[in-house]
Formats: sequence, structure tokens, C-alpha cells
Amino acid sequence: MTDKQRQNLINRVAVAFGWIAAILFFFPIFWMVLTSFKTENQAIAIPPLLFFEPTLENYTEIQERTNYSKFALNSIITAFGGTGLALLIAIPSAYSMAFNTGRWTKDILMWMLSTKMLPAVGVLMPIYLISQKLGMLDSKLALVIIYAMMNLPIVMLILFNYFREIPKEILEASRMDGTSTFNEIRQVVMPLAWGGIASTALLSIILCWNEAFWSIVLTTTEASTLTAFVASFQAPEGLFWAKVSAVSTLACAPIVIFGWLAQKQLVQGLTFGAVK
Amino acid sequence: MANLKIENVVKSYGNVQVMHGIDLDIEDGEFVVFVGPSGCGKSTLLRMIAGLEDISGGDISIGGSVMNEVAPSKRGVAMVFQTYALYPHMTVYKNMAFGLIQAKTPEDEIDRRVRQAAEVLHLTDYLERSPRALSGGQRQRVAIGRAIVREPQVFLFDEPLSNLDAALRVQTRLEIARLHERLGTTMIYVTHDQVEAMTLADKIVVLRDGRVEQVGSPIELYERPQNAFVAQFIGSPKMNFFGNADFVAGRSPGADKGDAIVGIRPEHLEECGEGDALMSAKLDLVENLGEYALAHMVNDAGTEFIAKLDKAPSVAKGGTLYFTAKPELVHFFDSATNQRIG
Ligand SMILES: Nc1ncnc2c1ncn2[C@@H]1O[C@H](COP(=O)(O)OP(=O)(O)OP(=O)(O)O)[C@@H](O)[C@H]1O
Ligand SMILES: [Mg+2]
Repeated sequence: MTDKQRQNLINRVAVAFGWIAAILFFFPIFWMVLTSFKTENQAIAIPPLLFFEPTLENYTEIQERTNYSKFALNSIITAFGGTGLALLIAIPSAYSMAFNTGRWTKDILMWMLSTKMLPAVGVLMPIYLISQKLGMLDSKLALVIIYAMMNLPIVMLILFNYFREIPKEILEASRMDGTSTFNEIRQVVMPLAWGGIASTALLSIILCWNEAFWSIVLTTTEASTLTAFVASFQAPEGLFWAKVSAVSTLACAPIVIFGWLAQKQLVQGLTFGAVK
Repeated sequence: MANLKIENVVKSYGNVQVMHGIDLDIEDGEFVVFVGPSGCGKSTLLRMIAGLEDISGGDISIGGSVMNEVAPSKRGVAMVFQTYALYPHMTVYKNMAFGLIQAKTPEDEIDRRVRQAAEVLHLTDYLERSPRALSGGQRQRVAIGRAIVREPQVFLFDEPLSNLDAALRVQTRLEIARLHERLGTTMIYVTHDQVEAMTLADKIVVLRDGRVEQVGSPIELYERPQNAFVAQFIGSPKMNFFGNADFVAGRSPGADKGDAIVGIRPEHLEECGEGDALMSAKLDLVENLGEYALAHMVNDAGTEFIAKLDKAPSVAKGGTLYFTAKPELVHFFDSATNQRIG
């Protein structure tokens, strides 16, 4: 084998591995969407059916018998609310950490991040009890606060890194120009880090949207999000595969579409916000 | 009046002291240049004047009032950064207006000042552009414009030309000189560049390791450097240093000064016949620049020096040349303290 042939072979193997990984990731989603268009009987048929006559019956049933739009709205409110609150805290914090980096700044960030290594269930009791005492069980506000706290470390770390990319002289120039700290953040730092802030927000929204643990634990009916809604389809007498698939598809679709649209904006934002 | 007074100013970062008691008086309207080797504290001193760096000790006063605790924007100073530090997301107009907007200046006043500065700096056609769409020289002019519109009492420049190419550097240097003439405002200018320092300055401050070595007009520094360091720092190529042994026996100009360092600038060495020569040496290398030639010489004692000649010497490499120098152009420095003698 010549070097060139060997290189070719390696490339082919790499491409093949790429495809295998992609299919492994994609297959469950594909199967979920496919199942959502089957009847319950088709859904549990063995061998599994790849070709069948699609039906919308699951979707119509969900629309008629459940309150999908209420859960969807809750998901939107808590995801955006949690992200907004996290950014509100993280932007000033990351600003001060990035531009007044002290001896302990890195350690503080790592410590904050390390809280993400604990399983959420570790703080289940205190958080449940606090929510109960404050009368915030089954309230969207509680979820918003928890989602914000949950994402705060990662949001801060990412923003910290984006902010540090801004040349120090630009901030010094704005200090010479007499800009107040608030205006400096709003009129100089945020526009310059716009791409970073937007992609961080997108990541946080996705994480909030997919969060299930706290939503299931802390809500019952009023504040439940789509993830809790999906979980509620697990009936004692077993799973209705087709319906669960349809519900899951409905839970995933909005965020996938939103993420896809936002990403297009982001690419623009990133090139627009480039500092140099 | 915007005279600037620096009294016993000290700066430390943690335990490391980088400025060791700087004293300096700058008159209103003066053009002062800070020079010194890299890391000597030029930027630090400038940034302390600007208020971007805390002062660890001593006082900085502008127009008679102590500025140590005053915010940068309230000191009446404006700074031009080496990297321009323009706001990349704002138009040229907004870049210049930004400080005035922060100060809540009336809109028509802002407009008047920005347009006037743009006029002076030939930026009128670029006001709506973003800094990204400008050349390096234009960006630097915007940065200068941003300083002008604030009508400061003192301009601060930190190596403003070092990111420009040679031709543009000369041009912008002239523009800064004209600007100073026109505005008559005090300017403090940090540079590495000899030529910038010599041509722009009313007063040069030579710094080394956080201390002032000498303050004086460019010509004073050139003609009467106070110590060996300044002697070699000002002038290019730098001043040659000799000992008594480097001269023809009995002819050393420093014979009566013990073992003083004898300094002669390359441009003050003259080729001459053997009979008049103060010293002789072998030619090692010639750099011929057309307008003049630099002869790199080595003498029998192994001392290397440079002579700046009108044209390339007629001898080949290894050939002997003889030099003399006018007595009034010879400098002497104490070999222990490095201070000027006489
Ligand atoms: N933030 C800092 N922390 C610690 N030391 C610093 C800091 N900033 C500057 N220094 C030190 O202070 C000294 C003076 O630095 P300064 O930047 O003023 O030098 P400079 O004369 O401007 O050099 P250059 O010509 O290279 O720009 C240097 O020795 C530098 O290492
Ligand atoms: Mg410097």
C-alpha cells in the first residue's frame, strides 16, 4: 500500500465511524417520530414495522384529551424565565470576574462548577421543604428560580470566557470616556459579547426545556412543564408506546425548531459581534 | 492652567516596586516625551496620570489639584492607546461622541465638536463607517479624534504610532506635531522611537527601572547627557565608550581624568591622517546607506566601536583607519558612578 492509499483508507474508516455515531444518535429520535404515527397495535408489533399506513390519531387524541398547550406554555415561561434570571445575575458577575480577575477568581468559578457534579437528588429534601414552606410548590416562579440557579455556574463560566476576549484597552477607553459601570456593561461589554451571550442563552434555554427532575418533583398540575407531561403518560397498566412517542415528539419539536432558527441568527450574531 | 506636577510617585504591584519616587514638573502647553528601555515604567507612569492605575505613594496634580483619587474621566485628560481601542460596534461618529454622550453634553454641541475634529483629522467622509472598515492610520486618527472632542487639558499618548508602517508613522507624527501647535495643549507621549522623541518633544524624560535618569530638551540630552546611560540611550547609532588604553599613547582626551569613560558619538569621529590620530582601528564591516556609511571598527585592545562617515572608507576589511574628534564633542563619565564629569 502506498502512503496515499493508506491515507485514503484511514479517511474512509473515519467517515464510516462518523456515520455509525450519527446513526446511533439519530435512530432513537427517528424511531420515536415514526412510532408516533402508528396505532398502539402497530407500535408493539414484533417484528417492528418500518412501513405502515401513518395515522394522526395519537396527535388528535392528545389535542382533544389533554392540555398540551398549557404545558408547552409553562415550558416556555420557565425556560425563558430561568435563562433570563440566570443572565441577569451572570452578566454582572462575569463582568467583574473577567475584568477584575483576582487570585481566587478561577477557584471560585471551579467551585461553582463543582456544584454541578452533585446529583440533584442530593438537595431534593431541602429544596422541596423550602418550596413548601414558602408556598411555592407547583409554582412557575419556583421553577424559574431553580432553573436559573441550576444553569448559573455554566452560564457564568461561558460568559467569563467570552468577556475575557474583549481587549482591556476598550474598557479602559470607556473608563476614560466616563462611562458608568452600568452603561459600560450595557453599551460596551454586552454588544461586544453579543454572540457569546446569545449562544449561552440558547444553551441555557435548551437545558431548562429538557429539565425533568425538578419539574416532576415540584409541580403537580398548574406549573408542570412538557417533561413532566411526558412522564405522566406512564400509566400503571403500562406504556402506550404510540401515544408516548407522539407526546415526546410534541415536547421535543418546539425546542428543536427554536434551536434551529436561533442558530441561524447566532451565526450572524457571532460574525457581527467579532471584536477585531 | 494645566500644569502637571508629579511628586515622589511610587508604584508597587504586590511586593514588587516598579516606580521609585518620580518627580516631574510639566508646564502648561509642553510636549513631553517619555522614553526608556522596555519595562522601565513609561506606560505605568502614563496610566497613573490617566487614572487607570492606582498610585501607591506620592501625588499627581493637574492644574493645582491633587488627582490621586479622581476618576479618569474627571481629570481633564484624554488618552490615545497603542491599539487604538476603538469601540468596534459603533460608527466613527459614535466612537468620537461616546464620551460626550456619557457627560450628557447637548446634542448640537456634540455634533459641532465631532464634525470639527473630523475636519481637522480628515475623517469627515468616514463618520458613518465602522472602525473595521478603516485602515490602521485612519483608526489611529479616530482615536486621536476621540481624545480631541473631549477638549482635555492634557493629552496622553502611549506609543500611538507603533502599529503603523514606516511611511504612515512619519505622516502621523507630523500630524500630531501640527495638532500640538494648533491646540497648544499639554501632551505627554510615550515612545520607543528616538526620532519621534527628538522631533516632537519640548522636553524628554528618560526613564530607567522606574527612575528618572534625566529631564531636558532633546538637544540638551544629546549634547550634555548627565550619565552614561542617557548618553548611550539618546542618539543612533549609540555613543561609543572608550578607556584611556584605546587611544594612541599620550593622546587620550581623558588622560587627566583618571580612568574616566570617554564617550564619542559615531558621527563625531572624523577620519584623519596617522599623525593627527587620537586612535586607530581595523575595519570590520561597512554598512553603506548611501547618504552615509557606518564603519564597524575593532582596535588592538579588542574594543569595538562605530564611526559614521560621509562615504564608505577606501580601505578593505582588515585595513587600518585613523580617527580624531573635536575636544568639545568628547564626553567623560565617572567609571564608578557613571555620572558626567565636566
Ligand atoms: N499588572 C502588573 N503586575 C505586575 N507588574 C506589572 C504590571 N504591569 C506592569 N508591570 C511591571 O511594571 C514595569 C513597568 O511596566 P510598563 O508597562 O510601564 O513598562 P514600559 O516602559 O511601558 O515598557 P514597554 O516599553 O515595553 O511598553 C515592568 O517591569 C512590568 O513588568
Ligand atoms: Mg508600554
